[in-house]
Order: sequence, then C-alpha cells, then structure tokens
Amino acid sequence: MTTPDWDGNLMAGPLSELFALDVTAAVVRCRGCGSATEVATLRVYGPDPGLVGRCPGCDDVLLRVVRTPDAVWLDLGGVTSLRVPAELPGPSA
Amino acid sequence: MDFVTRGFQGRPRGRDDRLPPGQYLTADFPVLSAGPTPGVDHDDWELWVATEDGTRHTWSWAELMELPSDTVTVDIHCVTSWSKLDTEWRGVSLDTVLADVETAADFALVHSYGGYTTNLPLEDLLDGQAWVAFEFDGDDLRPEHGGPARLLVPHLYFWKSAKWVRGIELLLEDSPGFWEQLGYHDYGDPWREQRYQGD
Repeated sequence: MTTPDWDGNLMAGPLSELFALDVTAAVVRCRGCGSATEVATLRVYGPDPGLVGRCPGCDDVLLRVVRTPDAVWLDLGGVTSLRVPAELPGPSA
Repeated sequence: MDFVTRGFQGRPRGRDDRLPPGQYLTADFPVLSAGPTPGVDHDDWELWVATEDGTRHTWSWAELMELPSDTVTVDIHCVTSWSKLDTEWRGVSLDTVLADVETAADFALVHSYGGYTTNLPLEDLLDGQAWVAFEFDGDDLRPEHGGPARLLVPHLYFWKSAKWVRGIELLLEDSPGFWEQLGYHDYGDPWREQRYQGD
C-alpha cells in the first residue's frame, strides 16, 4: 500500500471554482463503506492528470476533479451525500 | 523478436522530430497514480479477456510467461507533457494474447488491479502496436510503474498504457474509461495533441 500524495485540502482550489462555500469542510458519505469523512481528510492522488479523492476507510474513489483549459470536471459518483456547513440565512430586511 | 520504432521511419530522426507538439523531454520516469499501488503476487495474478458474448479467456502468470515475448524500444508520451525516448520493454504482444479470441468487437475497455480503466479501439491493440509488458530496461517492471504487468500502447498518450493490467473487455460500443469519463480525450493521439475532449 502506498501513501497518497496529498490530503483533501489540495482540492480547495479547483472546487472553489464550482462551489460558493468552502467544500474542504464538507462531509461526504462513501457509497462503498458508508463512512462519513471531511473532504479535507480524503486521501488525494494527483494533481495530474486529475485529482482523485479516496475514502480513508476503504480507499474507494469518492470524488474526482479535472481542470482542462476550458472546463472543470467533477465526479461525485463515489459519494451518497455531500453535507456543506452553512449559516442560517439572516432575517430579511 | 525485436522492434525499434525508429527503424520504421526509414531514416534516423532527430530528437526534436520525435517530440510531439507541447511535449518536453525527460530522462526521469515520473510516477503518476490515481490510487494506491496494488500489490499483486505472481501466484495470484491473472489476465482475462472477455468477449462481447461473455466468453472469458484467462492466463495465469506462468501461462503468460510461456507465450513468446518481444523486446521493444519505443518513445512514450504522457499527457502531462513529458516524453521519454528509447524506453526498452519486454512483453507479450496483444496479437499473441488475442490470437485465439473470436470477437466482432471494435472497442476494448482495459481493466486494472485497483479499479482503473481505459478505453481504446481494438485495432489499436493489434498489428504490433500493443503489449502486456512485464520488464522495463532489462529488469522486472517495478510496482510503481505498473508491475507485475502493464499495458504498453506507445503510440497513444501513456494514460492508455494501463498499469497493473488485469483484463480486457471487448465491446461492440465504445465505453469511456477512468480519465476519458472526466474530460480527457477518447483516443489520445500525442501527434494530434488529443489531450482533452474536443481537441
């Protein structure tokens, strides 16, 4: 078993192009083993040809991000849910 | 049987002529991985070929070693822009592996230990263009480079040369692989700089 190159914080840059909130603090649930993990603590391989975030529990691929010259590609096929911390909306004026 | 790709060109080509557009030369052998290196013992290793009608052919490591093998010297080109010239490999030609496989398939989806996949037209695996390679530079292929055996398809970007090859699924329809699903080119010809979809 090899050590992954990075942790999930490496995904902050490309994911910030997609999400308004900081997704590294999000919690993803693995479709394979069912464990819940913060994106920041994923085992991440890459960055080239793309970022591959794997479950620290079972090593299944949870999410992948590829930045091509004109697009960001995101695969969330390995997760059943993505929970992003968010503030209560403030009272409307 | 020995193959030297430069010999096919009819005259010696300079280094620049052998460098596809957008590539730079390296003397290193960079390691790129989408996951942990799977440890596969020769005793547990198996190569399978599955045809479109479900027929399955398998080879153990010992059976693969009994097949005739080639030493080939080829240039390799990674989509991340490095190229490495005159790399020497030993492997079994896919012409040999597929010789007794009856199929009407036009496409192949190659599977690796660890779950990686990549797709190619079947014709790109035939006619002396592809090998199941198990030696690099005269030594056993190291695990980080795909050992015990990897696919070697040097005329396409190197992500098509799947490390840790374990099976070849022959298909009537094209089916995109691990990187081809996520923005990378379906075919990946380095001389046409087919890095991403739309190139």
